[in-house]
Amino acid sequence: MTDLADRQKLSYIAAQAADARLNVELETEGMTLNIGPQHPATHGTLRIIVRLDGEQVIWAEPGAGYMHRGYEKLTEVRTFPQVTALVNRIDWLGSFANEVPFILAAEKLMDVEAPPRAQWIRTILFELSRIANVSLFLGDLGVQLGAITPVFMAFRDREYVLNLIESATGGRFHPNFDRIGGLKEDLPAGWITETKQVMKKLRNFCDEIENLLFGNEIFQSRLRGIGVIPAEVAKQYGLSGANLRASGVDWDLRRDQKLPLAYDKVDFKVWTHPDGDSFARCWIRLQETREATKIVDQLLEGIPSGSVMAKVPRIIKVPEGEAWVSTENPLGEMGYYVVSKGDLGPFRVKIRSASFNNISIVPWVLRGVYVPDVISILASLYFILGDIDR
Amino acid sequence: MSDTPSAPELVHDTTREGVVTAMRAALGEGLIDSMIKPNDDVWVRVSADAWQQAGRVLRDTVGCEYFCFLSAIDWLPSPYGRGEDDPTAPLPERDSTIKQGYTGGSTRMQVFARVTNLQKHFGVTIKADVPDSEPSIDSWVTVYAGANWHERECHEMFGIDFNGHPDLRNMYLPTDFEGYPLRKDFPLLARMVKPWPGIVDVELLPGDDADEPAVSIEGEPA
Amino acid sequence: MTSAIVAADLPYWAQSLLRVLGGTVAVLLPAGTIVYLFLFKMMSFMQSRLGPMEAGPYGSMQLFAEVGKWLQKEDISPTRADKRVFRAAPLVVLTSTFLLVAVVPFGPDAYFTDFDAGVFYMLAVSSISTLGILMAGWSSANKYSLLGGLRAAGQLIAYELPMVLSVVGVVIQAGTMNLQQIVVKQNSDEIFGWNGIGFPYILTQFVGFLIFMIAVQAELTQTPFDMPIAESELVSGYMTEYSGFRFLIFFIAEFATAGVFALIASVLFLGGWGVPFSWFGWAPEGNVEIANWMNVGGPLIMFTKMMVLTGIIMWVRFSYPRFREDQLQRFAWKVLIPVSLINIMVTAILKVAF
Repeated sequence: MTDLADRQKLSYIAAQAADARLNVELETEGMTLNIGPQHPATHGTLRIIVRLDGEQVIWAEPGAGYMHRGYEKLTEVRTFPQVTALVNRIDWLGSFANEVPFILAAEKLMDVEAPPRAQWIRTILFELSRIANVSLFLGDLGVQLGAITPVFMAFRDREYVLNLIESATGGRFHPNFDRIGGLKEDLPAGWITETKQVMKKLRNFCDEIENLLFGNEIFQSRLRGIGVIPAEVAKQYGLSGANLRASGVDWDLRRDQKLPLAYDKVDFKVWTHPDGDSFARCWIRLQETREATKIVDQLLEGIPSGSVMAKVPRIIKVPEGEAWVSTENPLGEMGYYVVSKGDLGPFRVKIRSASFNNISIVPWVLRGVYVPDVISILASLYFILGDIDR
Repeated sequence: MSDTPSAPELVHDTTREGVVTAMRAALGEGLIDSMIKPNDDVWVRVSADAWQQAGRVLRDTVGCEYFCFLSAIDWLPSPYGRGEDDPTAPLPERDSTIKQGYTGGSTRMQVFARVTNLQKHFGVTIKADVPDSEPSIDSWVTVYAGANWHERECHEMFGIDFNGHPDLRNMYLPTDFEGYPLRKDFPLLARMVKPWPGIVDVELLPGDDADEPAVSIEGEPA
Repeated sequence: MTSAIVAADLPYWAQSLLRVLGGTVAVLLPAGTIVYLFLFKMMSFMQSRLGPMEAGPYGSMQLFAEVGKWLQKEDISPTRADKRVFRAAPLVVLTSTFLLVAVVPFGPDAYFTDFDAGVFYMLAVSSISTLGILMAGWSSANKYSLLGGLRAAGQLIAYELPMVLSVVGVVIQAGTMNLQQIVVKQNSDEIFGWNGIGFPYILTQFVGFLIFMIAVQAELTQTPFDMPIAESELVSGYMTEYSGFRFLIFFIAEFATAGVFALIASVLFLGGWGVPFSWFGWAPEGNVEIANWMNVGGPLIMFTKMMVLTGIIMWVRFSYPRFREDQLQRFAWKVLIPVSLINIMVTAILKVAF
């Protein structure tokens, strides 16, 4: 750990020296380069302005907001079920996961608990959306570094999960399945058997990716020791998810928070890594995908029977109050702070999205790295534009 | 076994009560109000002057090293309601009394933040009033480095100044944007242009009578 | 060239025409086959998809469709680009390919020039493409192209040295720099008295072969050495601003150069256009009476060997992530050059010993 931190310190000092040398000796400024908003590397329209000295970054500044849709304003004119449909689209790769914290917050305010069957199915779909999201990350990781083949396998295997989600909810990308008090409807027949098959395939995929990418020497030399984020900095900036655990912080909202989801009924391992570099972040996501398949397997074994919807009035009016619920989404910690005034819709919803915090660390972490490392660090931090910009 | 209804169970949430005690000890008058939902959550409200100090207390004494988010709430009820007004008619009269939520308040806008203690597994929501005349408050950048971006977004959306912030420019909106979108008196343009036609909004199936709408669901679009 | 195929003395203009046509075919045919077979089909199969299937049976006409598409595109150049340099750059890159193929022998009599300093010429001329890439990167008036061009400059110059040094071992073993002689020697020599397979230099120069292939991968800016292009960072590196016909020239040049380098590698290490002469009982030394049909068979054999080697190059390209620029340079200067120097030393010692 000290070794890597020293390397980071040294590169920071080198960057400062480079800047000083440039400005004093040559009286030139570095070259300012715009990475984005249209760029193959950024997952969407993220603009990063870097100032370079040759190939080394002197400072970097992300410019977000090209996809700002004003979600927090939009929620103020919508009813609670309408907000559910809206909120699907924040993190569009694992979209069921976006609905869950909001629904849980509304249920907290209404003092309604979904029946056990609904809670289990919610958890299963939550983990499926995590698998869908992170398997794309694993494929895309190769593309960012130049390995163009694994991404096709990732998309192929992700299709199975998307088909599952579609057969259960009706939508591949935007299920809009969660309702206050439960779910829209029950699972179709044969879904459980199908899911077990798919989980096996996904585990094979994880092994494949581990051999193809993570075992590759070039991959390792591109990612090890790059973009080291110490634990204190990670906590200060509010990094979450795999980024936080890669810095050695043992914090997983599934295990450490009591939520009406079925996580306390299953055994799963929370993966951490002491290094805090890009490799750690990517490696942890791989392990978490595998872990998610195991969680789904365990959950499938013991889904309780019963109804999937609690008794809630037809017209949902949430009583006055404030509630905060956050869950361990695929991208990190996503939470909603819902303020209600007893209306049909919320008074104010503060959407705490994981990628916003994850990207706020970019100016700090990109000091003194090379241009190719900019790409690999961004890839390892893993953000979705909809999550940053809401 | 008695006829009188039993007293409600008094649940003691020692962790969260300890938080409030620690904050009161450190801030004294700065801590104005607090609210605990046992085994659930804790809210505290501090005065605007004690905002930065409260952040430090939370980080160092209470042990909440993890910065979750920082934002603001505008407690003015929206003069535009839910965007269902006819744009050609004058605005109907709406109740505009400001009523704050948990832990009260005395101003229209409040900043609030959430920090988490990763060891003891609890989080604290902290609020502070922002003076109405000159909305400004101290910046939390020196306390939590991550507050930088959150304060920028808060500033551009609500118009709250953060004293001591190194670089308070817009996060999402262009630099020359006028107005503060998340304030309640800033209208949602989409609803100005086309008000929400009400919650009954189901298209007729081909062949159905216009007099007899297919479904009429109040309040729950299927 | 005394065209043994035609078996008659052609007038000089006919010979020149044959040479030109032959050279064009020798450059474009490998390029086309490589693009179809490896880029369209092998890459697709590796990525568990089918590749182009619509144009022609199994997508075989896709190449012509692509050429047609590129040809009919508008020729855009950036306003602030240096126009003459911008236009000349692709041609410089393609010229080096044609110059390279001029010295490759395809048969006992089927060659363009019989150069006594063939190896020397070949190594020198292959550096001309570096110029073209630098010209393209600089004249594009685009910061990304500039980055790509600068990376290319460093990389290509760095990997010239291992390429040169790895070939020196072959030259020491063959005792000549004439590529035709090298081929003849490989096919007629014996290994400790057994001439069953001739003496392809890959057997003793396997280290040199490996280094040569790695250096070729870098000279072609193929992954894992494709920092100058680096699709996910620089869009297309030095080729970003090129469209239409000019991009087509870059595209053809990339794959044609891959083919020509594979041809050269097969000449140097795999025995070139020949199969071991002992199979046909041709005299091993002096006046080699090689049958005339070898002038037809030679190109075919060369084609096969080239396809095998290019297949390896492409296979590696589709599998590996890319090196970072400084890792690339470190690899060239600290690993490849010392190893190739040791290779030369060992070859020289063993040549004297045996």
